[in-house]
Amino acid sequence: MLIESPLDAKDAVLDEVCEAGAPWMATVKRGQTLRILDLEGNQAVDTLFYSAADPEERYSAADTIARNGRLYLSAGTKLYSSEGRVMLTIVADTCGQHDTLGGACSAESNTTRYALDKRPMHSCRDSFMYALCTCHDATSRRMSKRDIAPNINFFMNVPVSPEGHLSFADGISAPGKYVELKAEMDVVVLISNCPQLNNPCNAYNPTPVRLLVWD
Amino acid sequence: MSLLKPIPPDRLLWEELLPGGRHWSGLMRRGTVLRLTDLRGGANVSALFYNHEEKLERYNMPDTLKSQHTAFLTAGHTLQSDMGRVLCSITACSVGWHDTWCGVADGAMTDARYGERRFQQHRNAMIRSGRDGLLIELAKWGLGARDLVPNVNFFSKVVPDADGVLSYVEGHSREGDAVDLRFEMNTLVVLSTAPHPLDTNPTWDPAGVKLSAWRADPVAADDLCRTSCAQNGRAFVNTERFYAGAAC
Repeated sequence: MLIESPLDAKDAVLDEVCEAGAPWMATVKRGQTLRILDLEGNQAVDTLFYSAADPEERYSAADTIARNGRLYLSAGTKLYSSEGRVMLTIVADTCGQHDTLGGACSAESNTTRYALDKRPMHSCRDSFMYALCTCHDATSRRMSKRDIAPNINFFMNVPVSPEGHLSFADGISAPGKYVELKAEMDVVVLISNCPQLNNPCNAYNPTPVRLLVWD
Repeated sequence: MSLLKPIPPDRLLWEELLPGGRHWSGLMRRGTVLRLTDLRGGANVSALFYNHEEKLERYNMPDTLKSQHTAFLTAGHTLQSDMGRVLCSITACSVGWHDTWCGVADGAMTDARYGERRFQQHRNAMIRSGRDGLLIELAKWGLGARDLVPNVNFFSKVVPDADGVLSYVEGHSREGDAVDLRFEMNTLVVLSTAPHPLDTNPTWDPAGVKLSAWRADPVAADDLCRTSCAQNGRAFVNTERFYAGAAC
């Protein structure tokens, strides 16, 4: 179900652009709303959430799938933590469906999925590692690779058939589509704006996304 | 007892019973097979795997599913780490589908569904959630909640409809159903036999499993799992490189 947001960008307390291939971290307080906007369409935004109070409590793909009883994320989906608590709720979505099975690309998985000599290509895992080492939200919490668990891929479409087949379908996002989440606890957001060039998750053209936060 | 081929007696290393609702961890070395056998029907074995030599490297559900273009696990599939390597291969399986999306139930879910049963009153009939069982075993190796990532649920099947709404399949695994995991790396294996989080049975009655460890043949060039797709072939190359030059 598509739900539009009543919020106006001019009222946002944060409004930033994140380039493809770059990480982004910010704290979003309980009650605030985060919008991730796909500026040019069909850009995969690999996203993780952590409790700002203790990153050991973090977004759990398995808890979110099992507790919602549904494979895909869309308006109304509650994003659950590893402690079984609701971290955020998707309150608006003009795209329709988001993935949490596909995970983040990495230099290592690029060697198995595509070719051994693709290891040097940029990847979401490398962006996550870079954020762990250089973003204050991560370094101040001494976060490490142990804290990187399977993520959400906003704007990515990976349908699963009842027979268990995965298909890498054409993206359903488009320029200007967005997803909006209301924080139910203070959270730290870690995003990798995906640089993958080997498959169509970014329509072979990784592009910037816009991030906004409202009180 | 198992629906798979009998284990050659000269290959058998050890066997152990793991009752329903309990937990276990141990080291499986490269070149050995762990057979899990459902002793009653309806078993669930939640499993996590770590490179024993570098426990930051662990079973990764998304990398495993997307590289093999599958949403479930069965014979011919590999369980891959987050570093592009094969932790273990499913070399044989009589079940046909193992779940890897739904994780484990925690104490709150388990108490709400089955009622709290503490040791003081119930002794060995106590109830311990899948999450708690895995955490207890992880702690024995210096690991903890940060190392709890989406697990495999052997013997369980959950299917999505066209909208992705999930249904647990009752009666999927029968008595004697079994799965063979051939280890390609020296791997820390962590197991819980608590029920699947979406199990529709309102009564706590988890089935026990038998663990059987035995020695495998070397992985041939035409091995089922190595050749099931090009992606697995490359994952095996990555794995062999990790051990290149080692005595074992």
